[in-house]
Amino acid sequence: MSVEVDVKTLEIDGHEVSASAGQTILAVARENDIPIPTLCHIDGLSDVGACRLCLVEIAGSNKLMPACVATVQEGMVVSTNTERLQKHRRLILEMLFAERNHICSVCVSNGHCELQSLAQEQGVTHVRLPYRYPELPVDVSHERFTADHNRCILCTRCVRVCAEIEGAHVWDVMGRGIDSLVITDLHDEWGKSSCTRCGKCVQVCPTGALFDKSKIGSEHPKYPDFLPYLNLMREAQ
Amino acid sequence: MTVEELDQIAISVRQENAKYDYEVNVCMDLACVSQGSDKLRDALVQAAEAAGKKVLIRRTGCMGPCSHGPLVRVDPDDVLYRKVHAGHAGQIVSSLGGAPVAELQCDLNEHFGSQVRVVLENAGYIDPEKIDDYIARDGYKALLTVLTEMTPNGVIHRITESGLRGRGGGGYPTGLKWGTVAKAAGNLKYVVCNGDEGDPGAFMDRSVMEGDPHRVIEGMAIAAYAVGASKGFIYVRAEYPVAVSRLTTALREARRRGLLGNDICGTPFSFDVEIRLGAGAFVCGEETALIASIEGRRGTPKPRPPYPAVSGLWGKPTLINNVETYANIAPIVRNGGKWFANMGSERSKGTKVFALTGKIANTGLVEVPMGIKLRQIIEDIGGGVPEGHTFKAVQTGGPSGGCIPAELLDVGVSYDALLKMGSIMGSGGMIVMDDTSCMVNVARFFIEFCMTESCGKCIPCRSGTAQMHTLLTRICNGTGTMDDLQLLEELCATVKETSLCGLGQTAPNPVLSTLKYFRNEYIEHILHKRCPAGVCSMQAAVEVLA
Repeated sequence: MSVEVDVKTLEIDGHEVSASAGQTILAVARENDIPIPTLCHIDGLSDVGACRLCLVEIAGSNKLMPACVATVQEGMVVSTNTERLQKHRRLILEMLFAERNHICSVCVSNGHCELQSLAQEQGVTHVRLPYRYPELPVDVSHERFTADHNRCILCTRCVRVCAEIEGAHVWDVMGRGIDSLVITDLHDEWGKSSCTRCGKCVQVCPTGALFDKSKIGSEHPKYPDFLPYLNLMREAQ
Repeated sequence: MTVEELDQIAISVRQENAKYDYEVNVCMDLACVSQGSDKLRDALVQAAEAAGKKVLIRRTGCMGPCSHGPLVRVDPDDVLYRKVHAGHAGQIVSSLGGAPVAELQCDLNEHFGSQVRVVLENAGYIDPEKIDDYIARDGYKALLTVLTEMTPNGVIHRITESGLRGRGGGGYPTGLKWGTVAKAAGNLKYVVCNGDEGDPGAFMDRSVMEGDPHRVIEGMAIAAYAVGASKGFIYVRAEYPVAVSRLTTALREARRRGLLGNDICGTPFSFDVEIRLGAGAFVCGEETALIASIEGRRGTPKPRPPYPAVSGLWGKPTLINNVETYANIAPIVRNGGKWFANMGSERSKGTKVFALTGKIANTGLVEVPMGIKLRQIIEDIGGGVPEGHTFKAVQTGGPSGGCIPAELLDVGVSYDALLKMGSIMGSGGMIVMDDTSCMVNVARFFIEFCMTESCGKCIPCRSGTAQMHTLLTRICNGTGTMDDLQLLEELCATVKETSLCGLGQTAPNPVLSTLKYFRNEYIEHILHKRCPAGVCSMQAAVEVLA
């Protein structure tokens, strides 16, 4: 018995591309080497559409759609890099920098940071918004890792990887709005939490918010690409 | 329960009421109770006993003009008394059968004259805790008609024909929504009533839930029959304890009468409703966040599609409507879709309940046909701005809405017209402001509300509203610059276009609309360090200059 695959064709930034039904715009764009910036998305985890950097324009609609969750439609015409989108992306990145205390020069992720790279890519040369300079805690209670909330962008990758892949659900979000904070267990110290010490959250963290204590200076590249392979192997079992 | 039994209940209620010579209705809504209408009711009961008169003292839901409360209406003479206190009880009882008490009587003909009551038709006439009172006023007749005479498609057709649009704010056509849920695949579907009314200054849904809870339940049951659902949830915010207790009583009474439960009225249709309490988050009025909250998860919105009509509560097709939308269903079924469509304007049919507050003579609840001019609502029904001050703006739609200036008051109220003016219909809050309000400060107030109510999931809403608040605070205390104003406008555009849910997408509206109509006030604050309304102290500017 043959399985019918529903194929859609669409246009992204002038390129004719094909996709299978149910694929997201982001997945199709990446398959075709069309870059769309993302922060909260990571291959292998569920998508939440929170960072709003992957918003794209779709012809015929004034509403911007998040490419990470919007699925392809036949004949869709997608633009991923218009002036309007660039402007929004730069301001969103500025908002992220001004929200907490992101000081690249003293960060373990300097040079390996997704936020930093995105800002460079998108041409954010300076931040016009007033810095908020919030006073935030640094949790060093864990024997292997540190959580520095000054560098957290609340992408919730740690929350998702812990719940969906490790199955421990140690991380979650506390509070709301500008006062939101990722916490371990019921706001216990990370070192005293039910953490399994697998370190997946550290590897998927896009900034220097979660880092390995054994790394110093900016020698802390992260390796978040293990998830799709891990998922594949698990499914095969 | 059959239609005949329903009629029998109505007849017996009327016979019971006929034993009394007079009916004294006491408004027991929060505003009136807070001024002692509960003591007044007790005093009236005692006074009636002492005088030996046959008087039915009835507690009712909100009668409307709250600023005149506590309110009492005496039937059959239809005399309305205002600002009545327990001390007046004797006077009122002894006046029965004679001339009304002149000093308490209030003349609100103009206030009630231009109103059309559909949703509020029972408000002030029934005891919200007595199902029989509701039945005596044609209650549950629509449900029985639907169950015994109509197909689900027929019900949806009637709702579509009526042109009813969602009363929660978005204005999505109700019939279309019902049709989508009805067509969605799956045997298990849910019906949800959104009673998470959180706009500052809005209390329409609370009054309906407290004053006429069965109307909401009947609307939900009809909706459930139409879309094929057997389970319903009413999501009420925990800040409305009276609404919760009235709804709980109403659900119990409806089950007792066999109007909820299995095989309702001998038909194969089964339906029951549970109440779920919100925990004080404004964002839970957003439908995907509301679903998350009912499921017991953190109340944050999700990107749509998939829409709840396809994948809602526990992934099942779910119909979510606002309290006021459900409250319109029974009258539409009883009187027909055309009857409803004859009211209102071209694309906004029927009536709308507004909560009038702010600098206005008659604050309270009003129900007007769509298309009515704002001026009529404010000046005739609302009694205008009190002496000595002039009208400046009216804020509609809560924190998601905008401020409409005096020169636009002759526009008719409709979903589209309000949107065009930079505001929204919203759930129906209407805050009137006079010359003592500083529009920059008003914008700052609403942005502060959105900032503290943002769930924090998406960046534009979480960080953008906080940044806007900082910039507006600067302008309000006199340290703002023209660069800040430009940045503020850029933030408005990005937050509006990129936020995940309705909260963020509409949060800039109060800023955008005040910038559009009152830009000079912003300029005065920035360039001349002066607040035209005299509200902002400009303290920081004085310190900087010193």
